[in-house]
Parts: sequence; C-alpha cells; structure tokens
Amino acid sequence: MADTTRRTGLYDLHVELGGRMVPFAGWEMPVQFPMGVMTEHLHTRAKAGLFDVSHMGQVLVAPEGGDMARAAAALETLIPADVAGLAPGRQRYGLFTNDQGGILDDLMFANRGDHFLLVVNAACAEQDIAHLQTLSGVTVTPVRDRGLLALQGPQAEAALARLVPDVADMRFMDSTALDWDGAQLWVSRSGYTGEDGFEISVPEARLADFARALLDQPEVAPIGLGARDSLRLEAGMPLYGHDMDAGVTPAQAALGWSIPRVRRNGGARAGGFPGAEVILAELAAPAVTRQGLRPEGRAPIREGVALFSEDGAPIGTVSSGGFGPSVGGPVAMARIPKDIPEGATVMAELRGKRLPLTVCALPFVTPSYKR
Amino acid sequence: MKYTEDHEWLRAEGDEIVVGITKHASEQLGDVVFVELPEEGREVEAGEEIVVIESVKAASDIVAPVSGTITAVNAPLADAPGDVNGDPMAAWFFRIKPADAGAMDGFMDEDAYKALIG
Repeated sequence: MADTTRRTGLYDLHVELGGRMVPFAGWEMPVQFPMGVMTEHLHTRAKAGLFDVSHMGQVLVAPEGGDMARAAAALETLIPADVAGLAPGRQRYGLFTNDQGGILDDLMFANRGDHFLLVVNAACAEQDIAHLQTLSGVTVTPVRDRGLLALQGPQAEAALARLVPDVADMRFMDSTALDWDGAQLWVSRSGYTGEDGFEISVPEARLADFARALLDQPEVAPIGLGARDSLRLEAGMPLYGHDMDAGVTPAQAALGWSIPRVRRNGGARAGGFPGAEVILAELAAPAVTRQGLRPEGRAPIREGVALFSEDGAPIGTVSSGGFGPSVGGPVAMARIPKDIPEGATVMAELRGKRLPLTVCALPFVTPSYKR
Repeated sequence: MKYTEDHEWLRAEGDEIVVGITKHASEQLGDVVFVELPEEGREVEAGEEIVVIESVKAASDIVAPVSGTITAVNAPLADAPGDVNGDPMAAWFFRIKPADAGAMDGFMDEDAYKALIG
C-alpha cells in the first residue's frame, strides 16, 4: 500500500458533489454523497448508480510474438481459471493463488483480441503486477493513464446507451472497446453490485467529462464506497481482505465455481497453478465454506463477531456483515463448517449477548444480469 | 436545553433529564438502522456507554451524561430507528434521574454548542 494517499481523476468532482472523502487502500475516496448510504444503495437497485473505481488496478498482459495461446498458458500458471478457453470479447472472474492454496487476490480478466486486460483490487495491485512480471513470454503493462467507472443498476443500459448506443447489444461479461466523443472506452458488462451494469475504463484526460455526461442522465446518481459495500454484501459477493485472503482457500471462500472442470483433477489442463494440490483436493469436500447468515433481530452483526453453534462450540467469525437496505434488515457472511445446513441456527456473540442467526443461501437479493 | 461534547441534547423535565442526540450527530452517523436502549431502573455512571446506535456503516455509543437512574426509555425507537435521522430533537433515547440535583449546570447552552460544531 502506498505511503501517501492518492487521488483519482474524479477527486475534484467528488468534492463538488459533496462526497465525504475517506482513506481507502491508499486512496482518498468518497464513502458517501449527501444522499446517504441507504438512499444511494436503493437508488442503485432501482435506477443507476455511478461509482468511481479508478483506484482499482488495470493491467495489460500481452504475448510476446502475438500468440494469445501463449499468454493464456502463462496466466494459467498463476490463475486457476479457464483462460485459454476465453473467447475474444469476453471476460471472466478468477483468483491469484499462493503455494499454500490461499487467495492472493481476486480479479476480472478479459480477452481483448491481442492481449488480456486484468482488473485487480487496489490494495493488491502492486503485488499483483510484481507477481505477473514473474511470467515469461508476456509483456505486463500497468495502465496508469485511465480511470475506471462502474455504472450499475436496472437503468444503467438506458443511461449509458444515450452516450454509447452499442452497449445495448452487450451481454453479461462481454468486453469491448467503444468510442465516446473521440475517446476510446473499454467497456465490460459486469460489476460488483448484483445489478446489470457496466465497468468502463476511460482515458484520464476525458474521465471527468465522461463522468459528468453520465451524471447528466436523469437515472444516474453518484454513489460512494459505503453503498458499494452494502450492495456487494447483499449480492453475496466476497470482498478481498474480508471474506478471503492469503490464508483462505477457494473452497473456504465458496469460490470453487471459478475453477472450471478443465483445471480440476481429471481435466485437460488440471493443476499447474500455485497451491493446486491443496486447492483441488479440498474442492471435493471442504470442511469449512462461506455461507450466508440472516440475524433474527435488527442488530447488524459485523465483521469480526464470533460465531457459535447452538450448543456453544466456536464455529467461526463473521467475515462481512452489516445492514442490507434492500433486504430491510441485517445480513452477514462467514466461513463456517460446511455441514451446518441452510435453515440451521447459529449464535453470534455481540456486546456480551448471544444472538441467533439463520444460515441461508447466498445471495440475499436476486441478481439481474442481462445474459 | 443543554448540550454535551458528545453531541447529546439534554432537556430538564421536573427532576429528570430527557436525553437525545443532536441533528449534527445524526447527520454524522448517517442512516440509523438499529438502536439498543438501556433497561429502565438501571443505575448508571456519567460517561458509561448505555445506548448502542448503529448506522448502515458503523456502530456508536451514547453515554450517560450524568450519574443516576434510568427512569424511562423510548421503546418505539427500537422499531423505528430511522426517527433518529427524521427528527433527532423528538427522538429521545432515555430519561435519567440524576443522583446530583445540580447535574445540568455544567453543560453547554445552544450558543456554546453551535460554536463547538462550527
């Protein structure tokens, strides 16, 4: 993490819009705007929210000599995903793993025809770049001259299509370059809220112009990191550093779905990534995994709260928790024994009291992706 | 009406004090989603954390402004925590009977509180 706090190209706009700026992963970011976290959250679920995610790392990985299969093979030595099978113009979710089977970071990677575009977490970006630079046969280029916006919500397409009509043809996890007023945008139909929407990489010189053009659309409101967190929590999406970290395996984080059959034992390209032996063995029968929890009372049960079985045995700790504005009550996630079934009651120790929670399926809200 | 440095408002009624939080405090907290009130009849010390108030993002405490006995709590607030944002001067949390009759004397008046929050 950087010693000095960095600002994105939208800092002045955030301040102008009344954003409350806080330090986050080495950056100065808006946690909320005057609307407040609750209203921002509900606005995103009903209309469209604009998030500045320029603090996230964008990295290009290009094959030396132009052979994309070679770049895919190199990435597959770090990421237990089907990189080779990703078609041009498509994006996938993946993980960087370590030799112990833990998760170094989670990321999105897109096949952009002659290179891959990776989007990684802000706090992990420098470490990820160093990690990628150990690969041979590829050129790794951190993107320093672009910001990143996320436009999320059921009216995101309508709002963005007024500026960039071609986005209406994109399906969930498509990734393409489109022109807006002479600027090349890198657009993917994805996000981190459980809503339909887009992530848009914009040249730094046009970032504020483009953000203002989006905010001029009647559906669009600026949204801070506070609502981004409550939206992703309700959507059952894990957050790096909270629901997963270097000591948590993919199965424990309930991210085994991101490791396809081709990379598992018996698959054509099984293993070959850090920690493969541990990770693949555990996928068959994890002892612990990330599950959803619905506190029965109104009190939010937040990260770090200890959990117990009904007969008092310690079973884990809440990894993410808070109030879900769309759910209308508290929601939480934790890594707990996999044999605790949905519908079971577990207890949280909050301020000296044991409070009941019901184990439930994730997500807490139904996603509305345009597939 | 008096104010504490912890952004509570205090209103004397008979030999009791009614306690809530200021508009400034409610704005700083953001959307309140949960309030846990003390038990009636509880003896508390000045500075003791006796109310838990949770916004969407974080948990905070409200402390007893004076030592004394909790004589009543605003129980409906537990089911309508958003009232703290809607009308913080009406959304009282508890009434306390101070152990010391002169308990209200040391607190800020409105002008002093306004100067504090700028």
